[in-house]
This record gives sequence, C-alpha cells and structure tokens, in this order.
Amino acid sequence: MNALINFFRPHLLPLLYALVIVLVLPLIAGYVVLLERKVMADMQARLGPMRVGPHGLLQPIADALKLLIKEDIIPESADLWIFWLAPVLSVTAAMLAMSALPFGPAFQIADLNIGLLFILGISSMGIYGIVLGGWASNSNYSLLGALRSSAQLVSYETAAGMALVSGLLLAGTLSMRRIVEVQSEQGVWFIFLAPVGYFVYVVASIAETNRAPFDLPEAESELVAGYMTEYSGFRWALYFLAEYANMIVVAAIATTVFLGGWLRPFSGVRALDFLDYLPPLLMLLVGAYCFLRAPRQPAKVQKGFLAAVGLLCFGLAGILGLALLPPAAAFKPGIHGGFWFLLKVFFYIYVFMWLRFTFPRYRFDQLMKLGWHFMIPVAIVNVMGIGLALVLHRQFGWGLAPALVVTTAGTLLAAGYLAYVGQQRQSAFVGDT
Amino acid sequence: MLDKVLFYFFAGLAVVSAVLVVTRRNAVHSAIFLVTALLATAGIFLQLRAEFLFAVQIILYVGGIMVLFIFVIMLVNLDVALHQVQFNRQWLLALVLAAVLGAQLAFALWPGRSALAFPEARVAQLEPNTERLGQTLFRSYMLPFEIASILLLVAMIGAVVMAKRKV
Repeated sequence: MNALINFFRPHLLPLLYALVIVLVLPLIAGYVVLLERKVMADMQARLGPMRVGPHGLLQPIADALKLLIKEDIIPESADLWIFWLAPVLSVTAAMLAMSALPFGPAFQIADLNIGLLFILGISSMGIYGIVLGGWASNSNYSLLGALRSSAQLVSYETAAGMALVSGLLLAGTLSMRRIVEVQSEQGVWFIFLAPVGYFVYVVASIAETNRAPFDLPEAESELVAGYMTEYSGFRWALYFLAEYANMIVVAAIATTVFLGGWLRPFSGVRALDFLDYLPPLLMLLVGAYCFLRAPRQPAKVQKGFLAAVGLLCFGLAGILGLALLPPAAAFKPGIHGGFWFLLKVFFYIYVFMWLRFTFPRYRFDQLMKLGWHFMIPVAIVNVMGIGLALVLHRQFGWGLAPALVVTTAGTLLAAGYLAYVGQQRQSAFVGDT
Repeated sequence: MLDKVLFYFFAGLAVVSAVLVVTRRNAVHSAIFLVTALLATAGIFLQLRAEFLFAVQIILYVGGIMVLFIFVIMLVNLDVALHQVQFNRQWLLALVLAAVLGAQLAFALWPGRSALAFPEARVAQLEPNTERLGQTLFRSYMLPFEIASILLLVAMIGAVVMAKRKV
C-alpha cells in the first residue's frame, strides 16, 4: 500500500492540473466564442449577444445546454463507428497537446524534453477527426470539406514547423520550459530576434486552425459547413470545442516560443518592476466597473450575476496582490506567470478574431499558392538566415544583434522577390485568359 | 513491472491492429488500424526511452504519411472495390507460408534465447537522446546523412516532374 502511495505521489499534482484543464477548457472555449461574437459585433457596430445574462455573459452556458439537449442526428448511410469516433479524436488530440504547455512556471502537467515535437505531433493527429468525420458522413459537402482541410493542414504544417525551427535554433532546446527560461536569460523575447519566423507562424497557425481568411474547409457559401455539415448536437459541440482548444494550443505555442511565455514584459529590467502591480490593479478596475454597472441591470438575476463577476475579479486581484507581498514570494512567479501567459494567449486569439473580421476569404488555389510559393520558401530562407546569424555570432565573433539584422534583411529581400515573382505570374495568368 | 505491462500492452495492440489491417474489407478501416499499429509502435519507442523516435514516428508516419494514405483512399471509389471479387482468400498457402516463416524466426532466435529476458532500463543513466541523435547525425555521419537527404530530394523532384508534365 505504501509503495503504491509513493508511486503515485509525484503524479498527484500533474493529475490535478490535467483535471483542471479538462474541466475548465469547455468553459474557456465557450467564453472565447462569446468574446468572438462580441468582438465581431463591435467591429460591425452592433451589440452582439445581450439577452442571456448581463451583456450576454451567460450566453455560452445557454448555448452549451441547447447543444446538449438537441436531437442527435446520424445520417442513414453514415459509417457509424467512425462517425462516433471522429469528433472524440479531434478533442482528444487537442486536449492531449495541452499536457506539455507551460501555463506558468508552476502550472505545467509535464515538462518533456521533446516538448515542442510532442505538441506538434499530437496536434497533427487532430486532422484525423476532421478527415474521418468528413468521410464517415457520406455527404459530398463533408468529404470536400475534409479533403480541403487535410490538404490545407499538411501544406501549412510545413511552414509552421519551419517557423518554429527559427525559434528553436535560438533557444537550443525542445523543452517548452527551457525555451522560456532561455528567453529570460537572454533578456529578449524571440519575436524580436526572429520577426519573420513569428509572422510566418501567425499566418500558418491561422490556416492550421481553419479560421478566416483561410476557413475554406467550412466555407459556408460553397460547402455548407464543410466536414461538420452532417453533425449536430453534442458531436458538433465536440468539434467546436476541439477547434477552440486548437486555437488555444497554437496561441500557447506562439506565446512560449516567440512571446516569452510567462515572462512579464521587461522582466530583466529592475527599474520597471512596478509593472508587477499592473495585474492586480487591472483586475481591481474590472471588478469595480462590474460593481458600478450592476445596479443598472434590468433584472435581479442579472444584477446578482454581474456583482458575482465583480467579486470574482476582486478575488483574483486579491490573489495577484497578495502574491506580491514578501511572505508569499514563493508563489509570485507561479501566479503572475500564469496571468501574463494567459494575457498573451488571449491577445493572440484576439488578433485571430481581428484578422477574421477584417479580411475577405481566400480562394482555395490562392491559399495553396500562398502556402507553397511564399510561406514555405520564406520560412526555409528564414531558418537558414537565423542559422547563418548564429554561426556568425558563435564562430566569427559578430554581435548577435547585427548578425540577425543582416540576415533578417536578407530574408526580407528574398520574401520581397518571391512576392514580386508571384505578382508577375499572377498578371501573366490573367493576361492569358 | 510497469515497463513490462506497457510493453505487452503496446505490443499486443500493434499485433492485433496489424492483423485487423489485412482482414478489414473497407480500405478506410484498414488505414485506421494501420494508424493504431503505428501509434502502438510509437508507444514501444517511448517505453524504450527513445522519445525522439516516438515524436518522429508520430509526426512523420501518423501525422504525415497516413494522412496522405487516407486522402488517396477517399479519392478512389471504394464502393466498386468493395463489391469486386477478392483474390486474397488463400488460407492454405498463407498458413503454410506463415508456419515456415515462424519456424525460421524461431530457429534464428533459439540460440540467443538467453538474451530475451526483459532488460532493466536505468532511467538515471539515459541522457536526452534528441541531442545525441543530432550530434551523431550531423558530426559523425554528416556525409551519409546528406547523401540520403539528396536521394529523397531527387525522388521528390522526380515525382513532381512525372506528375506535372506541363509547367
């Protein structure tokens, strides 16, 4: 018995973290959807969901309930087992990828020494959910959506992987935790050392998560809903959950590799330590705003709910503030690290939404051309440039900064040339027809 | 103990799914079981503490090659293939061949049977093998590695040229 307890003791905390992620993720995904609808409404000069809860704050709960009790329709000639399996596969892959993400210096299920490779491999399995779901539905729209999706994923995975390699070269490790620690030691986020890599990763990650302007697998005007056309109710909700979980995963990868993970901005500069007071102050302000608005809500339930949200914010502010006190110094990196990490992740997701509502959708051949003729070559040139800069730095005694400036300029020139050639080819093509 | 359990679990999974790959009539089902077999192999790599091979197995075979497999299978018309006469039902010949192969394997393994005991993996002595692999490939075996990659490049370009006559 004792041996059993000793065996499980080191796994207790990771198990708890895993439980927290599995339980909280659907909630977060729901609220990201709400955020998306609100951002969309704001950009289109509307109000967005307003009915359920104050400013629509309970809308995700209502949506989830609706999806749970909706009739579960399975097409008659569907391949039953695969139809069942596919959405589960999608969610499993997305959730499994989260096990290696460092949500803070303390909150990480497992720090693998192949961390990034593990995440890439596992999340690339999510595509089976899409492909098999599209095939099992036995519908032309689903199949076309699935084919488009797999072609898109396979193409852009190369670009994304190459973009991440530029960050890996600078870090010299695959462990997610070490990547952040190296950024802390060097005192600079890798986005400033490898801006081209970051740009390519942003574009490729949008394509990989099937979001506008690259949301061709579910282009409503052509394919109804793509691979999920035949899905309804709970299974559809699973696909949706997987999609938003994947968004969080790619945002977390970008945050870890390029945006300094859980590090505060200017974490190495002593003079800017007052930035540590920002998180509790921010939470305090949000909480105060909630309390200010609460009496003006129409219904009693809504008043109560908004006050509860305010209380939650005050509580978070209290935790963030208490962590700043000297006796709690041991907890400070964990708590504040988590705050900054989530802030960066949500900023990244916000950029996704921003792009979604301001760009028109690409055509499929344009998407493929962009991937193969521009993104992948630029990513490869970028990797060679970063490698060259590191050689110049380590073997020839250049400063890292000038070496990187030179090679990045070279990469940008190559990118410009590629764009120019693409333009020429495009106009020649138009001239032909 | 745990090592043994994990090994037999993954090995069993690999064997069962490999059998299912050849017995399913639906090509998509076969492909799914092939994915399972590859994943189980990746699990065995992980159990042997070869984490880099585990990741590469998943990224390359499961995430890359098998996706293309399924892609192609979906594009061909499965219904036609399903209703065609199968020519792979040759139980007698298969049994004889399998028995011969098994006997050969047993004959080859018999002299070394003392080495079949489960090895104790000493976790503390194993170093991260990603770095080791990289250094071996890019220091000691640089030339063969590059030759192999050029071979792959040639195959790739060849495929593109063959598939796309008019550029």
